[in-house]
Amino acid sequence: MLKLHGNLPVLNSSTRDSYLVTVTTNANLPPVLKRNRALLLQPNQDPKGYKVILAKELEGKVFDADSDVFQVSDDYDYLIEGDIIRLDPSSGSFNSLYRRNSPHNTILLTEQCNHYCLMCSQPPKDVDDSWLLQEAFELISLIPTDTEALGFSGGEPTLYGDRLIDLLHHTKRSLPNTAIDILSNGRAFKELEFAKKYAAVEHPDMLIGIPIYSDDPVRHDYVVQSRGAFDDTIKGVLNLKKVKQKVEIRIVIHKQTIDRLVKTCEFIARNLLFVDHVALMGLEITGFTRPNLDVLWIDPYEYKDILSEAVAVLNGYGMNASVYNHQLCTVNPDVIGNYRKSISDWKNEYLDECISCTKSGDCGGLFSSAKMYKHSKYIKAFT
Amino acid sequence: MSQFQAIEFYKTPQPSYRLLPFRFTTLDQDQYVLTNMAGEYLVSARDKLSDLLQHKLSNNDPTYIELRARHFLIDDNSSIAPELLSIKLRTRYDRLAEFTGLHIFVVTLRCEHSCPYCQVSRQSEDKLRYDMSSEIATGAIDLAFRSPSPNIKIEFQGGEPLLNFDLIKFIVLEAKKKNQQRGKNLAFVIATNLALVNDDILKFCRDHSILISTSLDGPKDLHNANRPRPGGNSYEKTVEGVNLVRQMLGRDQVSALMTTTEASLNRVKEIIDEYLAQDFNGIFLRPLSPYGFAIKTKSYRAYNAKRWLDFYKEGLEYIIELNRQNINFMEYYAATVLKKMLTSEDPGYVDLMSPSGIGIGAVVYNYDGSVYASDESRMLAEMGEEKFKLGKVLENSYEQIFTSPNLLDPLEESFAYSAPMCNDCAFEPYCGADPVFHYALYKDYVGRKPESEFCSRNMETFRFLIRKMEGDRFVRQLFTKWANS
Repeated sequence: MLKLHGNLPVLNSSTRDSYLVTVTTNANLPPVLKRNRALLLQPNQDPKGYKVILAKELEGKVFDADSDVFQVSDDYDYLIEGDIIRLDPSSGSFNSLYRRNSPHNTILLTEQCNHYCLMCSQPPKDVDDSWLLQEAFELISLIPTDTEALGFSGGEPTLYGDRLIDLLHHTKRSLPNTAIDILSNGRAFKELEFAKKYAAVEHPDMLIGIPIYSDDPVRHDYVVQSRGAFDDTIKGVLNLKKVKQKVEIRIVIHKQTIDRLVKTCEFIARNLLFVDHVALMGLEITGFTRPNLDVLWIDPYEYKDILSEAVAVLNGYGMNASVYNHQLCTVNPDVIGNYRKSISDWKNEYLDECISCTKSGDCGGLFSSAKMYKHSKYIKAFT
Repeated sequence: MSQFQAIEFYKTPQPSYRLLPFRFTTLDQDQYVLTNMAGEYLVSARDKLSDLLQHKLSNNDPTYIELRARHFLIDDNSSIAPELLSIKLRTRYDRLAEFTGLHIFVVTLRCEHSCPYCQVSRQSEDKLRYDMSSEIATGAIDLAFRSPSPNIKIEFQGGEPLLNFDLIKFIVLEAKKKNQQRGKNLAFVIATNLALVNDDILKFCRDHSILISTSLDGPKDLHNANRPRPGGNSYEKTVEGVNLVRQMLGRDQVSALMTTTEASLNRVKEIIDEYLAQDFNGIFLRPLSPYGFAIKTKSYRAYNAKRWLDFYKEGLEYIIELNRQNINFMEYYAATVLKKMLTSEDPGYVDLMSPSGIGIGAVVYNYDGSVYASDESRMLAEMGEEKFKLGKVLENSYEQIFTSPNLLDPLEESFAYSAPMCNDCAFEPYCGADPVFHYALYKDYVGRKPESEFCSRNMETFRFLIRKMEGDRFVRQLFTKWANS
C-alpha cells in the first residue's frame, strides 16, 4: 500500500498556508516554472528558486531560504514528475492528490453523507469540509489534459448541489478529453431539475456509479441506514436515464446482500435494463466494515455459485456486467468473461501464496485491507 | 455498534399495503401463478395468495418481499412500483405506434408441390390467372412504403414464389429505388421450398441481401410424405437447396419452418435430430392451422390440442436435454413466449399479439391485388370467407385499406384485455387475440374460450414453461438466454 498521506519533517518554511504543487525531477527548469514546482532533490544538485524542495539526503545541503524544504523517506519513492501533492509547511502534512502514472486518480470532494452504509469505506463526518471542493477546482486546473480518467467521490458529492454542477462544467473545460466517473447514492437526482442540470454539462464521457443493494427496499434502506433511500435512488436512476446520462449500478456483495443477489440482478434486468453497466463488487475491509465485520463477512469462496448465477442473469439479458474486487481462485471459471482487475493500484496487494500462482498476472489481487484484516480462507495458487 | 440500526428499524408497521392490479390462476395442485401488468410472474402457495388478498400477509413473510419487489403491492416502505410498471408497459406496447412492418407479397399461387394440408396453392400452368402482375406489385410497394414503420420487411410467398422470380426481381429493385428517398430499414425474405433454386437466383439474393426461409418437416420419409411433388424428392431438393444457399449467401441466411401433421406426432425427436443434422440452431414446433386444405382434407382435425401438447412437450424436453449437453439449440415458439414472460419487449409474433397483429403487424398483398389482414386471412379467403379482406391494390387508397371495418372491428373486438375470460386470465400478458383463428372456427372474433383450442393449447404451454423454469436453475438460465435472443 502506498503512503498517500503523511507528515514530513519541515526543514525550512517561507509560507504558512497549505497549497497544491506539481512535483518535478528537473533541476534546471526556467525560473518562472520553478516558482510553482516541488523539486524531488537528487544527489549532487544545488538548485535555487524552487517553491518546494523534497529532499531525502540532507547532509551538507544548504537550502534556499525562499524554498519550503521537506524531508521525504523511502515511502515516497513512488513520486514522479507530474504528480500533484498538497503540502502544509506549518504542520508538515503531506497528501498525494494526483499520480501521473495511476489509472485510478480519485478526488475526494466531501466526507459528508446522507447515508451511513454498514460497509462504508470512507466513514462520513458531519463537519464543513467545503474547502475540499474549492481545492478540487484548483486541482483540476493543475491536472494534465492528457489524463485518461478521473474519479470524484465522497461522502456524497451531490450534497453540494449546484456547486457540484459548477465543478463538472469546470472539469469539462479544463480536461475535455478525460473520462469522468462519479460515485453517488443518486438520491439528489430524484429531482428531475437537478438531473437536467447535470445533463446540461454535456460531458462526452461521464459515468455516475450508484449503488442498489437489494430488490427489497427495506434491505437496501437497512444497508445504507436511511429510510426511503431505495425509492429515491431508483427515481434518481430513472431521471438520469430520462436525460440520457450514463449510469452504473454498483452492488457490494456481503452477508446482508448475498441472499438476494440473484433476485436483485433480475430486478435490475427487468426494471433498469437501460443502465450502462452493473458492477458486482467484493467487500473492502476498511472503514465501517471493520466494526461491522460480523454482520457483513461471508467468504467469497462460499458464495461463488451465487455470484455465477447473478452474472448469468445479467449476461443473459445482454447487460454489461463486471465482477470487481475478487481473486481468481475464489470465483468460478464461468465469470471470467466478466472478471476485472479493479483494485486501485495504491491499495492493491497479493499474498505470499500468490507468488507461485501461474494466474497472478490475470488476477486482481486483494485490497491491502484484506491482506491486513480479513480475506478468503481459500486463496490458493494455481499451479 | 450502537450507531447502526437493525433491519427491523426500517420496516413500517403492519398493516399498510395496497394491492396493485394483478391476476392469478392455478399452476398445479397446490400452487398459483400471479402475473402483474407488465407480465412478471410469481408462483405462490394458495394460502399465501389468500392471505395477500385479505390483507393479512405479514411483511416478514418471504412471499411479501417477493411480491413487493415484483410490483404486486406497494406499502409505506416503497411506492415506486407504479412508475416502474408504467415504463415496462410502455416498452411493451412501443411497437404498436410503428404500425405495419411485415408486408407479404403473394407473387404467385402456382406450385409444383401438392401438399395435402396446404392452404394456398394451385397446380396450374396458367400464369395469367395465378401470377401477380407488375402493376399490382407497383401499387403494393407504394402501399408498403406508406407505413410509418422505420422497418419494412417484404416477404415473398406463394404458391412457390420462385415460379415468378422475374416479379421478385422487379419488386426488389423497385422497392430499393423507392427507399433511396425514404431511408427505411428495408429487408427481403423469400419463403420457398427451394426445389427450383439455382445459382442465378442466389446471385441475385446475395447481391440484394435477401434471406431464405424454407420448409423442412423432418426426416426424409416424413418430409416427402407430407410434401408430394413430381419425382417424390422434395426432401432431397430442400437439403440440396439449403446447402447451396449457405454456400452462396452464408450460413445464417437460411431458416426453416416445419408443419406438424398426424404422421409427425410420434416422431418429434427424429424431427429435431433432422434439424440438428442440417445444422440449424433451432426449430419452430408449430401445429397445423385450421385453414384451407387442412380443413378440407381433415388434416386439421386429425389431432387435438392434447396430442399436440404431448408432441410439443416431448420435443421441448428433448431440446432442453440437448442444451444440457452443451448443444445450443432453441425452440422458437418457447423463445417467443419467454420473451413476453421474462422481458418487457414484445416479440411481434402476430398470433401472440394483443391488440392482434393483423394488418398492423403484418399485411398480405395477394396475387390478384386483394389486400388481406394476415396470411391466415387470405387462407380463409381461399375457403370463401372474405371477412378479413381489407380492399384492393390500385382500387383502394392506403387510408381506405387500413381503416377498413374488416380490420378495425376485429382489432377492437378481439383485444384480449377486454375480451370475456381473457380479461381476468393471468396469462393474458403472454397471449394473443388471434381473431382470424377464432373466426375461422367459431364465426366470431373472440370465440368461447373454454372451447378454443388456441386457448387450451397456449394456456398449457404457458404453465409448462413456468413449471420447467421454476424447478430448475439450468432451465431458468437457458430460458433467459432464449428470451433475450
